[in-house]
Amino acid sequence: MAADHHGPAKGIGRWLFTTNHKDIGTMYLWFSFTMFIVGGLFALVIRTELFQPGLQFVKPEFFNQMTTMHGLVMVFGAIMPAWVGLANWMIPLMIGAPDMALPRMNNWSFWILPFAFAMLVATLFSEAGAPNFGWTFYAPLSTAYAPSSVTFFIFGVHLMGMSSIMGAINVIATIINMRAPGMTYMKMPMFVWTWLITAFLLIAVMPVLAGVVTMMLFDIHFGTSFFSAAGGGDPVLFQHVFWFFGHPEVYIMILPAFGVISEVLPTFARKPLFGYTSMVYATASIAFLSFIVWAHHMFTVGMPIAGELFFMYATMLIAVPTGVKVFNWVTTMFRGSLSFETPMLFAIAFIVLFTIGGFSGIMLAMAPLDFQYHDTYFVVAHFHYVLVQGALFSIYCGVYYWLPKWTGHMYDETLSKAHFWLTFIGVNLAFFPMHFVGLAGMPRRIPDYALQFADFNMLSSIGAYVTGFSQLIFLYVVIRCIRGGRPATDRVWEASHGLEWSVPSPAPYHTFAIPPQVR
Amino acid sequence: MSSRSDAEQTYYVPEQSKLPFLATIGLATFIYGAGATLNAARAGDPDPMSWLLPGGFAFFVAVLWQWFGTSIREHRLGLANAQLRRSYVLGMQWFIFSEVMFFFAFFLALAYVRLFVVPWLGGEGDHGLANRLWSGFAAEWPPSQTPQQALDAAGGTQLTARQSEFLAPPSTVSWSGIPLLNTILLLSSSVTLHFAHVALRGGRRGAMNVLLALTLALGMTFVALQAWEYHHAYTDLGLTLKSGIYGSTFYLLTGFHGLHVCIGALMLSVTLARARFAGDFTPEDHFGFQAASWYWHFVDVVWVCLFLSVYLL
Repeated sequence: MAADHHGPAKGIGRWLFTTNHKDIGTMYLWFSFTMFIVGGLFALVIRTELFQPGLQFVKPEFFNQMTTMHGLVMVFGAIMPAWVGLANWMIPLMIGAPDMALPRMNNWSFWILPFAFAMLVATLFSEAGAPNFGWTFYAPLSTAYAPSSVTFFIFGVHLMGMSSIMGAINVIATIINMRAPGMTYMKMPMFVWTWLITAFLLIAVMPVLAGVVTMMLFDIHFGTSFFSAAGGGDPVLFQHVFWFFGHPEVYIMILPAFGVISEVLPTFARKPLFGYTSMVYATASIAFLSFIVWAHHMFTVGMPIAGELFFMYATMLIAVPTGVKVFNWVTTMFRGSLSFETPMLFAIAFIVLFTIGGFSGIMLAMAPLDFQYHDTYFVVAHFHYVLVQGALFSIYCGVYYWLPKWTGHMYDETLSKAHFWLTFIGVNLAFFPMHFVGLAGMPRRIPDYALQFADFNMLSSIGAYVTGFSQLIFLYVVIRCIRGGRPATDRVWEASHGLEWSVPSPAPYHTFAIPPQVR
Repeated sequence: MSSRSDAEQTYYVPEQSKLPFLATIGLATFIYGAGATLNAARAGDPDPMSWLLPGGFAFFVAVLWQWFGTSIREHRLGLANAQLRRSYVLGMQWFIFSEVMFFFAFFLALAYVRLFVVPWLGGEGDHGLANRLWSGFAAEWPPSQTPQQALDAAGGTQLTARQSEFLAPPSTVSWSGIPLLNTILLLSSSVTLHFAHVALRGGRRGAMNVLLALTLALGMTFVALQAWEYHHAYTDLGLTLKSGIYGSTFYLLTGFHGLHVCIGALMLSVTLARARFAGDFTPEDHFGFQAASWYWHFVDVVWVCLFLSVYLL
């Protein structure tokens, strides 16, 4: 086709009208970073207020808006689009496809996002204020008692859901249909496998999220009573439907991370991935289990005891496939000839810190113990360990790993290591003390707290500032790497393995117009 | 996965296209307009932006029209090789799966309400304690009164509920009249559509067109009867969206189904028009037909589940 002979178009039109998976991947990644900064600023407002006990800087109403917007922006605006960006860039390169299966829809999936988030973030400046009911938007806080901006929140979620579903359909169609000859399912790179399963999860649960916000919309504007006991509904119904979406959602954010780590470790351990087949089955098991554990988020709402027990045991089962993965990663490194470039540092930190988050997850899974932990900072500590030290660290891991392939230049190893170490120290300083204050009884989502939590909260705030400002180093490293630097070879890394390293660095605008033969 | 023969014909990657970005503009305008209009209506304010909703929607539909037209033209030019056609097939199948999951959320809500919430509110089971807040409410389906009505009748008050907010209808929709007829109509339409497909594969285009038209007619009759039933329920039975959980689940399930029937009917109309006037679709290559047909069968299956769980049980 004619497309083979074309480079990128000139000007802004290149980005607005592109059908190229690399352009779209780049846009997703920049959008994600922008949202990460926005969500990070919200977090810094929270941490500034919590630096000392007492109300210092913001009003409690605004504090609630900050916790809500921080969660929504980070989950839907930063982490998820980053994964879709990496998927766009890497999946066609890894399976030897000329592009994503449905390139125009691919562009559409991306461009919906900036509009959706503009609508959501703009509510901050409205008279009623932004949504203030927490990112889990429990009814009736989000229905009967919600600010009027909830309408835009609901429609924003609809738009994000459309974007995610179309993106996921594209990923699935690409992986099923666009693999190069010889690229059988069990030869696919782990990142492709984890994304295939992630895309399935997205298509399965994003519509359920759309359903639950639609029920909210009708309760608010059309007088239905899904979440009102006065009409025969139940606020707890909201939680069931929401978490039916919400639990698979957390795996949507972490499964691609497993994929990235499984790509990076073999390269820097100079050994093939240990237990590839078991990795595939473990990922699939985790995805399956994610559908039958949702109510472990709701142990304290008053479920029948049979429900508590079922969801407790089912949740603990997840530790088995996750344990398989951690075992395989450690074994991949065992007796390897390790080197510690920045992606490897992030990967190793991921394994250690994500496992800590996994352990606190097992603690939370125990229904009787959860009665103590529920809605305390212990929960906040847990999910930040899996989402920041887990998902975010592996996004950085993947970005540093593939950045030379994208830009054609090596990044600055010294500065990127500084970024790693400062982030590593910052996030642990920020989130580890939260375990202690949570166990001691500090509730989440409050702008003020009892005096005995003061020291740990101050540490957390200092950690948050260290983390926040360290990300500027990352921005600088990336911009410098795009502008220039030591040229990268095609292989980039000594022991890199896979189709994406067989194309030149930077990867040409169009790759694999003729599919390669995989042996 | 691709075989060697496919690889000889390159996968068609379209050039730059303005369609997705324009579709986004239309969609965002329409959605923002919907939010603004709803909020203004709720606050009782005049809505200066009321043109955004219809204007954005019209623009959005116009762009989609162009987009599908472009795909069809590309197909006629032979740009869509077997591999690209498989991408379309996969796209449609997974899209339908996402629709299934959307309905699943509402069926889940209905099941939870019927199995747990209403019995608990009525004083039965593990959480029968809830009845203390709504004394006088008896667990039955469909409920003859909402918990709030029961409480009002018993002379009690609840701080959180406004008086008489939710009023259950005196009687409920029977399964045996229009719903049963509608079930028969929709099931027959799936049969006629299937035989239209058979006719297409056998190269009998005349029969295909007639059967397609018949399918469409059955579908339209379904929609008309459903509208009539809604009218009857609203005016004669007093069953509205505000009738408590029965009205909520009834209207959202049947309403979203009805919307999907309309979308399916639109797809079938386009299919019929393409077949009749443009001579599209061959016995071997008829993705557009196939997609519309799958969608229609999906809508049909949803109706059967709905007939069982909303009307019959």
